[in-house]
Amino acid sequence: MYAFEFHRPTSLRQAASLLGKAEDGRLLAGGQSLLPMMKLRLASPGTVIDLGAVPGMTGIERKGRSLVIGAMTRHAEVETSPVVKEAIPALAHLVSVLGDPAVRNRGTIGGSLANNDPSADYPAACLALGATIVTNQRRIAADDFFQGVFTTALEEGEIIVKVVFPIPSRAGYEKFRHPASRFALAGVFVARRGGEIRVAVTGAGDSGVFRWHEAEEALKGRFAPKSLDGLTPSTEGMNSDIHADAAYRAHLVGVMARRAVERALRR
Amino acid sequence: MAVTSIGARVVRKEDHRFITGKGQYTDDINRPGQAHAVFVRSPHAAATIRRIDTSAARSMPGVVAILTGEDLAADKIGGLICGWMIHSKDGSPMKAGAHPALAHGKVRYVGDHVAVVIAETVLQAKDAAEAVVVDYAVEKPVVDVASALAKGAPAVHAEAPDNRVFSWHLGDKAATDAAFAKARHVTALDIVNNRLIPNAMEPRAAVGDYDSGNDAFTLYTTSQNPHVARLVLSAFIGVAPEHKLRVIAPDVGGGFGSKIFIYAEETVCVWAAKKVGRPVKWTSDRTEAFLSDAHGRDHVTRAEMALDENGRILALRVNTKANLGAYLSTFASSVPTYLYAPLLSGQYDIPAIYAEVDGVYTHTAPVDAYRGAGRPEATFVVERLVEVAAREIGMDPARFRARNYIRKFPHQTPVIMAYDAGDYDASLKKALELADYKGFGRRKREAARRGKLRGIGFSSYIEACGIAPSAAVGSLGAGVGLWESAEVRVNPIGTVEVLTGSHSHGQGHETTFAQLVSDRLGIPIENVSIVHGDTDKVQMGMGTYGSRSGAVGMSAIAKALDKVIAKGKKVAAHVLEAAEGDIEFKDGKFSVAGTDRSAGFGDIALQAYIAHKFNGQELEPGLKEGAFYDPTNFTFPAGVHICELEVDPQTGDVTIEKWTAVDDFGVIINPLIVEGQVHGGIAQGVGQALHEGAVYDPATGQLVTASYMDYRMPRAEDLPSFVVDTTVTPCPSNPLGIKGCGEAGAIAAPAAVVNALTNAVGHEDVPMPATPQAMWRACRKAAQPLAAE
Ligand SMILES: Cc1cc2nc3c(=O)[nH]c(=O)nc-3n(C[C@H](O)[C@H](O)[C@H](O)COP(=O)(O)OP(=O)(O)OC[C@H]3O[C@@H](n4cnc5c(N)ncnc54)[C@H](O)[C@@H]3O)c2cc1C
Repeated sequence: MYAFEFHRPTSLRQAASLLGKAEDGRLLAGGQSLLPMMKLRLASPGTVIDLGAVPGMTGIERKGRSLVIGAMTRHAEVETSPVVKEAIPALAHLVSVLGDPAVRNRGTIGGSLANNDPSADYPAACLALGATIVTNQRRIAADDFFQGVFTTALEEGEIIVKVVFPIPSRAGYEKFRHPASRFALAGVFVARRGGEIRVAVTGAGDSGVFRWHEAEEALKGRFAPKSLDGLTPSTEGMNSDIHADAAYRAHLVGVMARRAVERALRR
Repeated sequence: MAVTSIGARVVRKEDHRFITGKGQYTDDINRPGQAHAVFVRSPHAAATIRRIDTSAARSMPGVVAILTGEDLAADKIGGLICGWMIHSKDGSPMKAGAHPALAHGKVRYVGDHVAVVIAETVLQAKDAAEAVVVDYAVEKPVVDVASALAKGAPAVHAEAPDNRVFSWHLGDKAATDAAFAKARHVTALDIVNNRLIPNAMEPRAAVGDYDSGNDAFTLYTTSQNPHVARLVLSAFIGVAPEHKLRVIAPDVGGGFGSKIFIYAEETVCVWAAKKVGRPVKWTSDRTEAFLSDAHGRDHVTRAEMALDENGRILALRVNTKANLGAYLSTFASSVPTYLYAPLLSGQYDIPAIYAEVDGVYTHTAPVDAYRGAGRPEATFVVERLVEVAAREIGMDPARFRARNYIRKFPHQTPVIMAYDAGDYDASLKKALELADYKGFGRRKREAARRGKLRGIGFSSYIEACGIAPSAAVGSLGAGVGLWESAEVRVNPIGTVEVLTGSHSHGQGHETTFAQLVSDRLGIPIENVSIVHGDTDKVQMGMGTYGSRSGAVGMSAIAKALDKVIAKGKKVAAHVLEAAEGDIEFKDGKFSVAGTDRSAGFGDIALQAYIAHKFNGQELEPGLKEGAFYDPTNFTFPAGVHICELEVDPQTGDVTIEKWTAVDDFGVIINPLIVEGQVHGGIAQGVGQALHEGAVYDPATGQLVTASYMDYRMPRAEDLPSFVVDTTVTPCPSNPLGIKGCGEAGAIAAPAAVVNALTNAVGHEDVPMPATPQAMWRACRKAAQPLAAE
């Protein structure tokens, strides 16, 4: 780690103003992505602004046909929340296979989305559920939010405050874990709300989370695993590394998608 | 308080200290005025150093000194050594290049030590290390044996122009070739034994301390054998005279072999302590551990087995290329030679064996002993060949093994070893029952209905432990003898301290060694303490590796205990006013035979020290005895492991469903500790088979798997609850009958897993590590008739 200045603002306004003023300021939420990078000296913010004391950024609430989760809500709270389990059980399941207990007790949904790791789990849920990311400045649709590997629509000085998930009638998430890191080698979130079916894929694509439109079309006929038989996304645009080449990743997406639909129907 | 006998399941005495965070590891040690060392490491696999510019770094805050290879050379500090001489087939000695503790002119792997920055704090040293400017002329690296041996490959060291350190062989080539010529069937396999990174929980660390008043050095270090470290650092590297160098290896959190070796960092810390006039501390971070701890395995092998018409093994022919890395680490040359080829007979009566091994330099981290060291590689070769041979001739693999087992002991193999005792049928029989081998077919069919491929695999391993008779290893090229020492100090009230040359870094010596003393002297285990890991306390010792501490280390203690009892009898004769020959010692009491006169062990200890009852000229006061024990043979633990697993053909995911281990470790001192060793060993073996694999990028020589994000360690959730049992044939080659158990699991497991995987997919083309991707491909190749989900 390099030396840095540390602030712990007590209001959102103060946090935003500190962030605006700092030359290379970074927000700190659960620290589960930022701190390892700083320890390895791969990130070196001059100023760190801890969101831990900002009121009103945590909590899980059902509001009509939506589930609202505060940006500073820890993964473990989402995993165990009766409200989440009732409204979107697939989301609670997703968090239960994210990282390990230590990570889940520190990491936050806001931090995960802002980070937009191409293998992270939450982005798949947001995209498939058609979530809205609410910042201190505006509301951003998930379709517009994720813009590539570690890249989002967030502007300089923008802070995620909460995430609004429309409640689906059916949803399921299946993840094939990266053997070493336990992030998603291929993770597929499927969701159905009324006539709308969305399938989002994380871990596999070389530009981060994406919607698999072909699968969405196929599931419109009948929302069943069989509808996806033989369907595999093109290897074009798939990631390739020592753990999984493009062909294997593409294949896994197909398998995970079928299993996600199965899981969605299980409830 | 009761006596604790040999064979009792005693909970580990040392665990209270570890579990409550009171362990004292090297990194817990801080000396007054201490400065911190950070190493500038090579970012290139192969390069010539044109210039090292430290001017900017020197003026950074907190910097005490920046030292390079030139400073080492100016102080006439020697290079690191390899302590085992191997001669090639043609009789020429191995071709070893220099191994300076800080690079001299060239760097040879990513992570090679270029300079050391010493500063007031670790962070200041890191900052300054980043400011050291090194001008490299980058060269093309070779990272695997095939490219290193290719024509025109760049030489890692000028001393070995074709990168061959040695071309060694063992066995009778003519007899082997003749057996192959008349064979009914030949089974041949190409085998890659994957490269592993040890990953002890505690990273390496060192604190060098110099006392100018006495011109004496102390090195605190994470070592499995502090006396050997002192010997090498003084006699060969020359940082300090032996009597002026104290090496302390305090609590050590795992080694698995990687902490046997004498490394650059600890050498530099002792030397620099005098140079800068302050204690110098270095603690490895995890990235440095991946890059610079000695790695393990990394063999490429062609192996063939010849059979007669009755399914009897006639001969074995093995050709292995062993990657030794960029420099020869302390015992690197012995691992793929004398710790490997002599084990190629396995548990089988094989008339002829011939093995050729080339040791090869590459631009990668040095490769040396890692849990099992040569024996896992040998077992993998033998057990894969045996399994495949049985399949090819259509014989049940269990039956095929039994048909070829050695049944008469002692048994001289064609490759050096004389097995002293064993009952291989007993282990196999027990394992088959415990694994319910008969029910496997039913379980396989049931799995198929769930869309899973179920497989079963055996590993009927043998290892040579307790290394080893000094004269024997000396004749094979070892630079040291492999005896062990012990000193038993009985205090005046009868409590006992045992000073041992063995070193515990997870094995539980404080418990098992104390158990032996309690058993022999009839005193409570609480009254015994075990002292190890300090060259100022223990005079000389050879340390812990090769599952030697029970068979050799405890035998030395037993020998010293015999002497204590003999001396106690002399004292008792005076105290009890009887002839020495009439004194008996039993259950902690000295008594006069045929009478009711007796004295307790503690009373006699006190009498030995107050010396009132005897003439001090005729009998020396005190009760303290030492012994050196040199074993008469290797020991030969052996057993049968059976792995049963399922493969998901859709994803390639593997789940181990059942693990059965039946081991013959000879006499067992503490079953609880033995089971722990077996469990850990199996986990590491499964790690090698399914998960772990060090990958270097062939173009750049970068270590791709340099963190846990890419290097996959085995996890608790990967493993079922093991079924662990034993059979016992006492070892005739040491007084306690112990064979050793520390490496068995890691030696047995990889072949059992791969035999099960190949059984599941129905063909032999399964690599290690059998990652999900590899297994998905293997399933596709098998084109099993299982429908897609
Ligand atoms: C061992 C390990 C395993 C993991 N496994 C997984 C896994 O399997 N799946 C997975 O999805 N993730 C995994 N993670 C990542 C984990 O989920 C992180 O918690 C998450 O990515 C970041 O959340 P955080 O709260 O820790 O954010 P931080 O690390 O504090 O911040 C991350 C980034 O987000 C920014 N940020 C934080 N909060 C906000 C906000 N409210 N508005 C705007 N920007 C903000 C920060 O400035 C920083 O750039 C793992 C992490 C570790 C250490």
